[in-house]
Amino acid sequence: MSAPKTLYDKIWDNHIVSINDDGTTILYIDRHLVHEVTSPQAFEGLRMSGRKVRRPEFTLATADHNVPTMDRDKGIADPDSKLQVETLERNARENNITYLPMSDKRQGIVHIVGPEQGFTQPGMTIVCGDSHTSTHGAFGALAWGIGTSEVEHTLATQTLIQTKAKNMCIKITGEVMDGVTAKDIILAIIKKIGTAGGTGYVIEYTGDVIRNLSMEGRMTVCNMSIEAGARAGLISPDEKTWEYLKGRPLAPSGVEFETAIRYWQSLATDEGAQYDEIVEVKADEIIPQVTWGTSPEDVVSIDGYVPDPKNASSDEKKRSIERALDYMGLEPNTPIIEIEVNKVFIGSCTNGRIEDLRAVSKIAKGRKVEKNVHAMIVPGSGLVKEQAEKEGLDKIFIEAGFDWRDPGCSMCLAMNADKLKPQERCASTSNRNFEGRQGRGGRTHLMSPQMAAAAAIKGKLTDFRDL
Amino acid sequence: MEKFNKLTGNAIPLRITNVDTDMIIPKQFLKTIKRTGLGEYLFFELKFDQDGNKIDSFELNQDQYKGASILIAGKNFGCGSSREHAPWSIADYGIKCIIAPSYADIFYNNCFKNGILPIILDEETVAKLQDSAENTLNFNIDLEKQNITYLENNEQKEITFEIDPVKKKCLIEGLDDIGMTLNKSSSISDFENNQAKKTPWLYRSEII
Repeated sequence: MSAPKTLYDKIWDNHIVSINDDGTTILYIDRHLVHEVTSPQAFEGLRMSGRKVRRPEFTLATADHNVPTMDRDKGIADPDSKLQVETLERNARENNITYLPMSDKRQGIVHIVGPEQGFTQPGMTIVCGDSHTSTHGAFGALAWGIGTSEVEHTLATQTLIQTKAKNMCIKITGEVMDGVTAKDIILAIIKKIGTAGGTGYVIEYTGDVIRNLSMEGRMTVCNMSIEAGARAGLISPDEKTWEYLKGRPLAPSGVEFETAIRYWQSLATDEGAQYDEIVEVKADEIIPQVTWGTSPEDVVSIDGYVPDPKNASSDEKKRSIERALDYMGLEPNTPIIEIEVNKVFIGSCTNGRIEDLRAVSKIAKGRKVEKNVHAMIVPGSGLVKEQAEKEGLDKIFIEAGFDWRDPGCSMCLAMNADKLKPQERCASTSNRNFEGRQGRGGRTHLMSPQMAAAAAIKGKLTDFRDL
Repeated sequence: MEKFNKLTGNAIPLRITNVDTDMIIPKQFLKTIKRTGLGEYLFFELKFDQDGNKIDSFELNQDQYKGASILIAGKNFGCGSSREHAPWSIADYGIKCIIAPSYADIFYNNCFKNGILPIILDEETVAKLQDSAENTLNFNIDLEKQNITYLENNEQKEITFEIDPVKKKCLIEGLDDIGMTLNKSSSISDFENNQAKKTPWLYRSEII
């Protein structure tokens, strides 16, 4: 019998095309998602070298970063954004790649569209020129972000030249308290291991806490693996995964679905398989989490305080806290619940799914957004938007004073018109709080949808459980 | 791909940890459909304040670092997004070598596709080199020999570095890896035929 393997080992082994003389592996790529920002130069490269897309049918394209989230009938105002989206449209057409345009209700953020369409399935290798491709790991697919050179390589060969990463297991033990979400769990993990903690690893998330998460929650966790430094995160697929996939347009159907399930079941990590690193995180200790600084590891519990650089463990850490406090306009030792916000962003590939919007609606119902706050809700896809409207969530949001928008990446990275002005402070459900991420000089606090909704109502960071 | 073998130039000390890709190339410059011309936007928001004034304290704005081809940075350099615009802007600016204690995976990988040599050295050595960069005009980087040499206070210094031999070879030879993989198309076809038997549903997907 062969040695016990992890989920990662199995997917890796199942995709080896050949091993090069230098020890690198040519790994087969089952599915490729393409968006407008990281692909134009790859298609240009193909054109210049006279190469073709090997498997257009394994490739799915949509525009998400640059699309407007309001007044869509007027098109894209910014000429550069417009050109980039039109370029994707042309490249898709010329290469027979399916493209979901802004006018199609299936359009949305690539990492929301893939799962929704059943394009994402367990055991697959999936890549995209986008670091949050790790999201698809929630299905037990090995999914990671690549640069444009590798986008070109994938288009031309349907493979990538790779070196295998190490295996890390993050085991979440105990039970979560009420009101603690997938977002709080992943923020607590990043706080513990740091933004470089997962560098060189593929992380598998295990434990009952993960098993009990919905598919949406699992996607939130895997999505932010990259903020923990890991290119990919994985969760072993189970009944919830099959349930989610059943009936999706591109998922297998009928007898073949049953065959697929048997195959998917065989992917789980074997008893006795070795991880290079095991990290344990205690769920019982997690309460709602927020970030105070400019790195996703700058995480603090909602009942905590802004850190004091005086207490830093090293000079380098001290400098970095001082820099972050200066950028964020915060004083050391300020209670987190005293931080006032004037913007709220609910959406992104981290938290722009229907379950997130349902959670927000529970907070919003019968309440009003504070008068000094502008609070946007941007669904992750047209289908999420449609479902929310079917459930009447849009009415709750609008009634409460939220700004209900069209789908896209929006203010997660502010490539379209949705951005923070300098010094504006935002409670955001997105994934990065880097300097300037949501707009130059803008200040981002990352948190769960419930916490962002509560911040909109109170005008400051608050524990939503106290509302 | 661009080749890298030897390099002589001065170096910019950048004493910031966790330099992210948004810092390297802010999102407003990602709307391009070309690879070139991004150099002038490198570290744009560290170079200019919100009113467009030059920030004199930022090293890239200082005369002594003009024309530098080496960047000496803090740990976890290049974290964040997968945008290859980050190494494109670095290369276009004229920087062909980065020295740091550690890098984010995707960025590290992207460097090799663009003829940039990312050297890893321990934190103490990097800090020392950052200090030396303030007074040293020329660092010689030799990828073949895996060393950095420079003259400081009339004393010849040498620091050696480790690098994965495959990545080294790629940089020195500037190989076209798509071309090399395409030479193995028959292996790729064999793989597809086997996979289609084992997991046939993967091959059913029609255009949506």
